[in-house]
Amino acid sequence: MNKTTVTIGLASCGIASGGLPVAEELEGLLAGREDVEIKKVGCVGYCYMEPLVSVIRDGKSCTYGKVNANVLHRIVDEHVNRNLVVQEHLILTEGTEPKGTENPRGEKQVRIVLRNSGLIDPKNIDEYISRDGYKGLEKAVKTLPDEVIKEVLDSGLRGRGGAGFPTGMKWRFARDAKAADMRDKYLVCNADEGDPGAFMDRSVLESDPHSVIEGMIIGAYAVGASHGVIYCRAEYPMAVRHLGIALEQARQRGFLGRDILDVPDFDFDIYVKEGAGAFVCGEETALIASIEGQRGMPRPRPPFPANSGVWKKPTNINNVETYANVPWILLNGAGAFNRYGHGRSKGTKVFALAGKIKKGGLAEVPMGMSLREVIFDIAGGIENDRKFKAVQLGGPSGGCVPDYLLDTPVDYESINATGAIMGSGGMVVMDEDTCVVDVARFFLAFVQKESCGKCPFCRVGTKRMLEILERITQGKGVLEDIDKLLNLAAQIKDGSLCGLGQTAPNPVQTTIKYFRDEYVAHIVDKKCPAKVCSALIRYSVDASKCIGCARCAKACPVGAVSGEPKRPHLIDDAACVRCGLCKKNCPISCISVD
Amino acid sequence: MTAVAGGVSLSELEARLFPIVERYRGREGAAIPLLADVQKELGYVAEEAVEYVGSELGIPPAELFGVATFYAMFRFQPQGKYVVRLCRGTACHVQGSARVAEQLERTLGVKDGGTTEDLIFTLQYVACLGCCSLAPVMLVNDEVHGRLTPEKAVAVLEELRKKSVPEVSR
Ligand SMILES: Cc1cc2nc3c(=O)[nH]c(=O)nc-3n(C[C@H](O)[C@H](O)[C@H](O)COP(=O)(O)O)c2cc1C
Ligand code: SF4
Ligand code: SF4
Ligand code: FES
Ligand code: FES
Repeated sequence: MNKTTVTIGLASCGIASGGLPVAEELEGLLAGREDVEIKKVGCVGYCYMEPLVSVIRDGKSCTYGKVNANVLHRIVDEHVNRNLVVQEHLILTEGTEPKGTENPRGEKQVRIVLRNSGLIDPKNIDEYISRDGYKGLEKAVKTLPDEVIKEVLDSGLRGRGGAGFPTGMKWRFARDAKAADMRDKYLVCNADEGDPGAFMDRSVLESDPHSVIEGMIIGAYAVGASHGVIYCRAEYPMAVRHLGIALEQARQRGFLGRDILDVPDFDFDIYVKEGAGAFVCGEETALIASIEGQRGMPRPRPPFPANSGVWKKPTNINNVETYANVPWILLNGAGAFNRYGHGRSKGTKVFALAGKIKKGGLAEVPMGMSLREVIFDIAGGIENDRKFKAVQLGGPSGGCVPDYLLDTPVDYESINATGAIMGSGGMVVMDEDTCVVDVARFFLAFVQKESCGKCPFCRVGTKRMLEILERITQGKGVLEDIDKLLNLAAQIKDGSLCGLGQTAPNPVQTTIKYFRDEYVAHIVDKKCPAKVCSALIRYSVDASKCIGCARCAKACPVGAVSGEPKRPHLIDDAACVRCGLCKKNCPISCISVD
Repeated sequence: MTAVAGGVSLSELEARLFPIVERYRGREGAAIPLLADVQKELGYVAEEAVEYVGSELGIPPAELFGVATFYAMFRFQPQGKYVVRLCRGTACHVQGSARVAEQLERTLGVKDGGTTEDLIFTLQYVACLGCCSLAPVMLVNDEVHGRLTPEKAVAVLEELRKKSVPEVSR
């Protein structure tokens, strides 16, 4: 019989869901077996089903979800030992050898960036190499740097960090910038991933760090850089660890260091710089300041980093996903890449699917797929079959897109037209139980806290907006507040130096544009239609149904429910903190909220 | 008076920080990792520690404080035995982390950044732990707890408190 491979997903969320003990158990069960190999892989993409275990045999892969010790015993006993698929826990079957990039993992996905995620052991460079790793680099160094830049330009690749600037053009600027010493230039990878609700870059770094490293080496060859920096978010310890291992392996194989691949004077090395928790450091000039060990304050451009970046040297900055695309483009050609796409957006985009959906996780789709397909076909639609309300794209800099725009194709221009932005790929789905006014307030509180404070409009203006939104969610708003918000929004956009301030009003503007009636309900009717805003809801017991079981009184954390045993209970509205525990604990559902 | 920084004497403090100082001697732009290492060693960025490493490395302490206060990662007070990092990112917010936060504040009697008097718990709000599909999520020291409800979050902490408090106090 052919060798069988059993993989287990051990990226952050695999571990968070209890993957480690399952992996240990698996090692115990299969100890000493020559015919079975265990492989610890990264993110498989079905994060909602973690821990994930796949059995791969005879070119076929069966993936099991929510694997605990019991399920694992069955998988080993029935599938590994007796070749019987454990149907109840199976979530996916597929051929393991992807035909090209099309549909390697079912569904409607195209995997370029995620070509190896969940399939290889990220700590083993040989597995990366066996799947065409470092071949893009080998091909690149056989041509001239200008030809590499042209290939990237022709592919149509645009920055995946948010703004969508053509990568080839950026590389051109950095190549043309004059450095005092030849090759005294910096190439930086922005792995700050600040959007709170997005985890694409984390998954790529944890699951396939070499794809990013190879992309950076190709970039260094193209622009003529000899210093590489990966600026990684502090909250991603596993990504930092995996990067460290991968960089060491790449050095040993001669992909980093001096005379890379025996190209004379092609010297390049990379170090990892950990962030320290500041959203604004994702902005490129702030990021540069932070790399230099200073407070991460943005500065005006020009000069652009291409001419004066890290330590005033010419610097090229790209996002994690941007770099991860590069080796594939060099290996397969610009034409293979821009075959996918829509309008001026080529290739694919990775999305982190989260919020009120059935299947949270990571998905990579060709540009041009509609939001509807992403949310309903790939993410499985809304959980508990509630009604879709909006999807938030681009995090604090982005906006909410309502249901009637669900057929908007995923491409930079179409999404911008809705008032949202493509952003880095965070997609948080909201249903009818989500209050969009509360979400707008949430984002404003976030940017208010994260503003570096340099620009008065960003610092004070967002504070004013936040105060107004807080008033509205507390039922103390007046109708003029809506216009006030819009005026402030316009002023902040005009008066801010960096992207943080310039985009901070987006969530408020889009929610007012698409959900003005919800604002009005809060202001005029003093009601929160989604029943989220504490000050506008009240819990009450239906005395005609209550059986006096007292469970609500026991559940209430502040003692706001009282009543004699077997008699209808009563909620003291003044004491009630709107936690909803009483309602959750009532066996006959006679507590309502309105 | 020799006891500084949570009962650690000045000489002990210097002894503990000396290796860190040596590591960063002569390195340019290393303020952030330097402070991170100080925090790793002491649990927080103590004032005396900043003064010591600053004077050793020839960096004005005010400059180091300026950097430290800019970044959310740095703490200036001793932390509890368990540091509870509740995610207040978007995905968690949409899934009800505000209710979890309120409940934790009530149970612990502290707010964001606060530490309980018995030094058992520190509560911190963070933005996205990268496990959004398990929202709402909290990290207690290194352990992730997902799909939280207010009750579940409190139960986790009660369990830990029991482990930390001797039998007598019920
Ligand atoms: C406030 C702010 C936060 C940002 N955060 C990130 C981030 O976390 N990751 C990222 O790649 N780009 C971020 N950006 C965009 C970067 O400034 C920059 O445009 C990007 O890294 C360039 O790479 P790309 O061309 O490959 O997209 C942010 C921008 C702003 C204004
Ligand atoms: S816009 Fe805001 S974050 Fe950006 S530089 Fe100005 S104050 Fe700082
Ligand atoms: S839990 Fe429900 S039935 Fe029981 S006392 Fe409370 S309201 Fe009445
Ligand atoms: S499948 Fe676990 S991190 Fe995505
Ligand atoms: S938003 Fe909470 S883990 Fe991402």
